[in-house]
This record gives sequence, C-alpha cells and structure tokens, in this order.
Amino acid sequence: MIAEVGRFCLILALIITSVQVVAGLWGARRQNAQLMTITTSAAVAQFIFIALAFALLVWLFVVSDFSVMVVAANSATIKPMFYKITSTWGNHEGSMLLWVLILAFFGAAIGMFGRNMPAPFKARVLGVQGLISLGFLAFIIFTSSPFARLFPVPVEGAGFNPLLQDPGLAAHPPLLYLGYVGFSTAFSFAIAALIEGRSDTVWVRYARPWIIIAWICLTIGITLGSLWAYYELGWGGWWFWDPVENASLMPWLLGTALVHSALVVERRFALVRWTILLGILTFSMSLLGTFVVRSGILTSVHAFAVDPARGAFILVLLVLATGGGLALYAIRSPVLGAGRVFSLVSREGSLVLNNILLVTVTGTVFLGTFYPLLIDLLTEDKISVGAPFYAMTFVPMAAPLLLVMVIGPMLSWRRDSGQGLLGRLAPALFVGFTVLVLVAAGTHGAKVIAALWLAMAAWIVVGSLMILVRRTRVGQVSLPESLTLLKALPPATFGLVLAHAGIGMLVAGLAGGALFKQEGVAMLGAGQSVPFIGRTLTLTGVQPGREANYEFVRGRIEIRRGAGKPGLLFPERRFYPERQSDTTEAGVRVTPLGNLYVALGDQAEDGRWTIRYYSHPLAVWIWLGGGVMALGGGVALFDRRNWLTPERQPAREVQTSGSAPA
Amino acid sequence: MTLPKPVVLLAAIAPVAVFIVLAIALAFGLSNDPAALPSVLVGKPAPTFALGPVRENDTGFSTADITGKVAVINIFGSWCSACRLEHPTLMDLAARGVKIHGIDWKDDPADGAAWLARFGDPYARVGDDQTGRLALDLGVSGAPETFIIDKTGRIRYKLVGPITPERWRDEMAPLIAQLEAGQ
Amino acid sequence: MTSPLRHAVGAALALAMLMTPVVSLAVEPNEMLQDPTLEARAETLSKELRCVVCQNQSIDASSAPLARDMRLLVRERIAAGDTDVQAKAYLVERYGNFVLLKPPFQADTLLLWFGPLLILVVAGVALLMAARTGAPDDTDDLAPDMEDL
Repeated sequence: MIAEVGRFCLILALIITSVQVVAGLWGARRQNAQLMTITTSAAVAQFIFIALAFALLVWLFVVSDFSVMVVAANSATIKPMFYKITSTWGNHEGSMLLWVLILAFFGAAIGMFGRNMPAPFKARVLGVQGLISLGFLAFIIFTSSPFARLFPVPVEGAGFNPLLQDPGLAAHPPLLYLGYVGFSTAFSFAIAALIEGRSDTVWVRYARPWIIIAWICLTIGITLGSLWAYYELGWGGWWFWDPVENASLMPWLLGTALVHSALVVERRFALVRWTILLGILTFSMSLLGTFVVRSGILTSVHAFAVDPARGAFILVLLVLATGGGLALYAIRSPVLGAGRVFSLVSREGSLVLNNILLVTVTGTVFLGTFYPLLIDLLTEDKISVGAPFYAMTFVPMAAPLLLVMVIGPMLSWRRDSGQGLLGRLAPALFVGFTVLVLVAAGTHGAKVIAALWLAMAAWIVVGSLMILVRRTRVGQVSLPESLTLLKALPPATFGLVLAHAGIGMLVAGLAGGALFKQEGVAMLGAGQSVPFIGRTLTLTGVQPGREANYEFVRGRIEIRRGAGKPGLLFPERRFYPERQSDTTEAGVRVTPLGNLYVALGDQAEDGRWTIRYYSHPLAVWIWLGGGVMALGGGVALFDRRNWLTPERQPAREVQTSGSAPA
Repeated sequence: MTLPKPVVLLAAIAPVAVFIVLAIALAFGLSNDPAALPSVLVGKPAPTFALGPVRENDTGFSTADITGKVAVINIFGSWCSACRLEHPTLMDLAARGVKIHGIDWKDDPADGAAWLARFGDPYARVGDDQTGRLALDLGVSGAPETFIIDKTGRIRYKLVGPITPERWRDEMAPLIAQLEAGQ
Repeated sequence: MTSPLRHAVGAALALAMLMTPVVSLAVEPNEMLQDPTLEARAETLSKELRCVVCQNQSIDASSAPLARDMRLLVRERIAAGDTDVQAKAYLVERYGNFVLLKPPFQADTLLLWFGPLLILVVAGVALLMAARTGAPDDTDDLAPDMEDL
C-alpha cells in the first residue's frame, strides 16, 4: 500500500512538473502574471510530493518491507536502524530519488527565496529547472522505480555492502548530490539568460547565492568522501583518480571557475558569454558523472547499477540537456555581444588567468578519464590512465594557479600598475622562502621538491591573510582604526580569505602526506614490537568479538616513545555474514603534525598477524583545508549583496547586437 | 578591438560540436565492455610449460603433449562458478571426440580432482597451475578462458568467458578445421 | 621497516607522486625480497602496474590473488636481473598496455599526452579573445557596491 502511494506521489510530481515547465516558459513569453505565479506554486508542490515519496521510501526501509525490491536487495533485518535508513540512498533507485528530490528542493527554494528577481526571469529559471526534473522523474518512473514490488516476498533481505555501513555514508552522498545537483541552478539561470537575451548582467547576481551553496556542498561532499576512503579502505589513500571521483572533481573545478568569472561579469560587464557557457558546462559535468556511474561505461569502484539500458536513457537526458543548452548557446550567444575591454594586469586579468588554468586542469582530468574509452572504441589497443599520468599533467598545471591565486586579490580592478605589489606580498614571500630553506635544510637537501610545495602552501596561507592586513591598513593607521576597518569588512572578504587559506592548508596536507610518508609491514605475534619513526609499535594482542551484524577481531597496538604513557590504537577486521565479506577499520592517531595509521592484515598459520603501519605527516590538513574552504563559502553567502536587488543602471549595459558585429 | 563575424560564430558553435562528438563516443561506449582485455598474445608463440598432475597417478600436462598438433586449452578451477556453466558444453564436446586440455588454475589439486570427479572430466589431459605462473604467461585474467593453439605452437584464438555451443559452432570449430588443414 | 633508501627513492619520485594517494602495501611480508634496494624497486614498479581484475587499483594496493601473483612475478624478474623497463615489458607482452597505469607514449596516445597543453592554448586564446574584444572601457565600474571585494 505504502509503495503504491509512493509511486502515485511520483506520478503526481511528474504531472505537476509538466505544469511548471509550461507555465514557466510560456507564461514568461506571454508576460502572463498568473501563469508565472503558478510556476512558483508548482515548483513547491513538486518538491512536496517528491519529499513525500522519499519519506515513504525511508519508511519502507525502516520497517524492512521486503515486498519492495530495493529494500529486499539492499537491506536486512539484522542491520542497525541507522544503517537501514541510510540504505535508502545506498542503491541506484533510492539515490536517483534523492537526486530528483534535491533538484526539486532547489527549484522550490528559488521559487520561495528568489524574491528579488523579476517575475519573467524567475519563471524561466523555474521552467528550465522543471525541464530537468521532468526528464529524471520520467527516468525513475519508467526504468528505475524504487517502489517496484517483488514476488514472492523473501523472508530476509540480501543485506548491504559492509563498506557502506559507516556514518560517512550518511553524509557523503547527500552532500555530494546537494553540490552536484545544486549546479543545476547555474544551468537554469544561464539558459534563462540565453532565452531572454538579457542585455544586462544582473542575472549573475541572482544566480550567485545558489552557485555558492552548490559549491559549498560539493566541497564538503568531496572532502568527506576522501576522508571516508582514508579510514575505511585500509590502505591510507585519499584520492585514486577513479573515473567517478574525477566525475565529481570536474564540476567542482568548473564551479570554482564559474564563481570567479561571475565576479568579472558583475564588475566589468565582460566575460558574459563565457560565464553562461561555464554555467551550462558545470552542470553538464554533473550529468556526465551521473551517466558514468550508472551506465557501466567505465570501470570504477563506485559503479552503481551497471545497466546499459538505463545508461542509454541517461545519455538521452544528457544529450537533450547539454546538447540543447549548447545548441541554444550557439544560436543566442552572438546576440549577447561582447563586454568591455580591460587591462590584463588587473584583478580581472588574474581572474581570466584563473579561468584559463581551471579549464585546462578540468580538461586534463576529462582527457584522462575518457581517453581509454576512445582508444578502446577506435583501436585494438586498451590502455589505462592512472595516477602517474595525472601527476605529470594535472600537478604541473595546478602550480601556476596556486601561485597566482595570492597575487590576484592584491591587484586593483580595471588596471594595476604593478607598483607596490612586491610590498603587499613581501610577508608571504618571506614566510614561503623561510619554509623552503628550513625544510630543505632539515632534510639535508633530499626533499627539495617537497620543500617547494610546503613553501607554496605557506605562500598561499600567508598571502590570503595579507588581504586582511591590506584592507585594514595595519601599520598605516592606528590599531583601533584597523579594528574598525576589520569590523566593517563585508563577509565576502572574509569568505575569500578563508577559502583561499583553506587551499593552502590542503596543499600542505597533500605535500606532507604524499611526499613525507613512511610505511612498513611486519608480522607480529602477541607482545612483539617493531620500530617506526622513532617510536616502538607493540601488538599486545588481538581480541575477537561480535556486534549486531558483524564479527570482528580487534588488535591492540601500543605506541611507545621513551618513557611515559603509551598511545593506543585498535585496528579491526570486520566480517559481515550477510554479505560474506570483510572490511578493515584502520586505527589512526591524528595530530596536527601527522597521522600514525595502523591496519590489521591476515593471520598467518603460526599465529602471527600482518600489521601494516604508515606515517602521514600533515595529512589532517587535507580535510581541515577542505572544511575551511567550505566555511569560507558559507561566510561569503551571508553577504547581503547576494540577497538584495542590485540597483538597476540602464545606462550601463552590455553592448547589444546593434553595435557589436553580430 | 572587435572580432570578425566568422570567429564569433565559430566560438559559439565549437562547444556543441565537441559535445556531439563526445555523445557519439559515449553511445558507442554503452555497448563496449571496459573490462574485457584484448588478446595481445594472439599470433605469438605459446609459452613452454610442464605442469604436474591434478589427480594422483595422472600424467600431468606439458608442451610435449601438444607439439605438432592443434590444441584447445581451457582454464578452469573448482572455485569458478562460470566454469560450471560452461561444463555441460565441454562434456558434450568431449563426447563427440573433441580433444580439450584443462589447466586447473589457482586451485588446490585435491579440490580440482574432486570437482572433476563430481561433475565429470571432459579433458584429454589436465595440468595443475596452482602457482598461477603459466596463467600469467598466457595473460589470463579470470576463468574460464580458452585458447586455441596451432600446429606450430602459436596462439591463434583466445576466449574470455564460458564456451557456448553457438560460439563453438560459429567461431571455434571452423578455426580448428582451418588450422588442421594447415592454413 | 624503514630505511634511508626508502627516503631516497621517495624523494626521487616526489614530484611525480605528489597527487598520488598514499596507496600501499597489500604486499605480504613473505613476498618481499631480502635485498632492500631490489624490494624498493619492486614496490615502485608495483605501484605503476594495474591489477587487471580489480577496479582501478595497482597490484601494490590490491589483495586480489592475481595481483599477488603479479607482485611475485615482478620480484622474480627484478631478482633475475631485469631492469625496470624490462620487467614492465614482460607484463605488457602478456597483458597489453592495459597493465600500465602510466599510459605509454605512442602514436595513439599523443593526443592524451599533449592534450593538456593543447587545451591550455585553446582556453588561453578563447578567454583572451573574450577578454580583449568588445567595447572600449570608457565608463566607470559597474556595480559600485562591489568596490570593496
């Protein structure tokens, strides 16, 4: 009964969405106020019904209703309640429903909170948003219904992948989807702007808060995924250049470029067409990612339902959305005309460089991800593109970007003479150089490259803080005056500083963890020890035990450094009878200076256990950096300018097709 | 500075043009298996080998057994579920007089022997590759896999996955006939 | 089990390995070679070879039986005196280029290796065109409330 109600809600949502699309696009065209109002109501109603359907699906998992196919395939009565709930989105059908739920959520949110927008524009945005929903609702209802029944009803469910029975699962996909799917708003705004052929650039101001929200969520989602892989997979890795990981990185990179180019649009009436293109491409990357995960077209540890038939449906949606959007761009963008010229040595110039480099690294990741497919289709050969490729292409391209990101915010808008730039950045240069010398000397010249990367991290962090120093004119005015200036700074400035500093932390963590890591493996019996990084690791024993739905063996590792209380770690191996598989839970000791990571391997016939141990210096800054970046985005969101109607300045519009060569 | 019209149009059309190419590639990709390894060894000489027996009192399997003859070699294991699917076809072929040799891969010989005793033995000779070294030399990545080797000792065909009656009839049997005739 | 040699090898690969994860050791202690130099070489090689039955893992990181076989084979070849290039070629002969995590530099991968540079040039040209063409800058900045950003 409940499943049928759920299915009915989805069908109702489909109908409502159709109304939303027609009312929005037609109503805007006809300037019909009534239709435009209906659009907002439809967007909200769509969300309510999909939310209801989702809630019902969660309920079905909670009560373990195995007459419903997805519940039977992905759950079991012996699972803890928390994981029964999170199983809802741990499978293809449920996660697709979460996908459209978030799509509808953003639509409803724009409807309700986008009050500063002119009605026709808002109606068009919601109309396009509705079009995307329409496609995916149809996909769910016709090929991937979470409410499909199973007969005969099994007594027990098929259980769950034990790797996913983790708190990280609760947070990682929803946040990732909030980001991924959140960029649909950028798409809708861009398409609406194209449809209208808007000659002013105010639409970027309306779109900004939604783009920032999506960016924040995607940043957190990717950071959490990386953190989860680190402690869950037992090898101490945090990024694998897996196709699905790349599929989440590409929208993030383009989304970052979008956030930056949008600044130029508002400031200079320039890069208008480029920003629209970015808006379309960012979400297209999200759609591409959805396609890659669910079609089986690339091998990946993340692959969900590998079903070419479903893959074909998503490909059709991708072609309609991206192809349609880009076709519209081809037709309409010449009409928009070009913006204004600006000097390249300026804030705008640095933002252009930012975009060039971000697009290049995105293209690099794209190339690496899809090239094997191309080769496979066109030749007899079959190649792999793994981490070594990205190390030789992505990393060198990222370096200039990381250097320039400190200089950019120090430049004036419009034109900067470059004078005094050195003075503004001197502290950052000084600290960076000091770090370089200290680390290089401290490692006796053996790790010069690593020292350079740590120096880069210091350059970024100090350089970001220098923005605050400059704005508050520390040293030039009295301290109380500086404090007053500090308090008067808009949130967007703090957001900038935090977001950039976060990247510096991320670079420090990556450099430390990858370039200064140490590792070892040993076979230890109870009471045996092994020396590691100036400490002694002792395996005092391994205890078996059981929890609700798994059995485990837990090792107890003492870490001794000289006299004093030893540190303790408890690496585990868990065995899940419901899926006949096991997982490793590493024991990790986290400090700001580094992690000590111990994993329990197999037991040999003589009773000794294989222990793997790693040292990852500074690794925690990878995820802290990600968190600080997201925080920066959050702070920037509170800037009032995001939420007020900007002053209309009709005299200052982009040259329309009349005066530009069209 | 203003851009000439053709450049503006090119810049506008380029994205959608690139996308169309991508979409076509993705569409073809849907019918492509990303994990299926091509057979790089086809056309190259098979490695020499001398495998011990799987069953006690058996003779094992070595290069000498296939020199100068066309040989069909099947990789299997008692742990391999897809091999069970293929097994009836192999038994059928053996009953018709087709000579197939078996390599028991990554398997305890006792388990392999028990499996053959339980389900039937379609093989002319069976060799034990518990270490997996021969399989590595053949570029094996899973079971079942089947190789056809010609009279000069060159690998001429590799099948990844179970042998189906259709595949035998349409691809493998004709090739064997050709090789037997000395082509 | 750490040694100064590990540091040296690690430093030499520093740039190449920056973005690679700290992937490691499904290597069992009883697989490892006695000679630390050779073992270090074997480990580095293992990180560059793909486990063909896994989803995107190197043979160094995978606990699959086939990965173990390949690790042992790599160690055998190195102990027998193969150079790194020869040891990799041994596996490529049998499994094809698929087994290399770093794609080979050959005719059909030229686009892959030069692609990033190509994209840089195209993106650079496109964006500079977008930035440098248009109306002359004869007005004040728009959106004056963006001044203090």
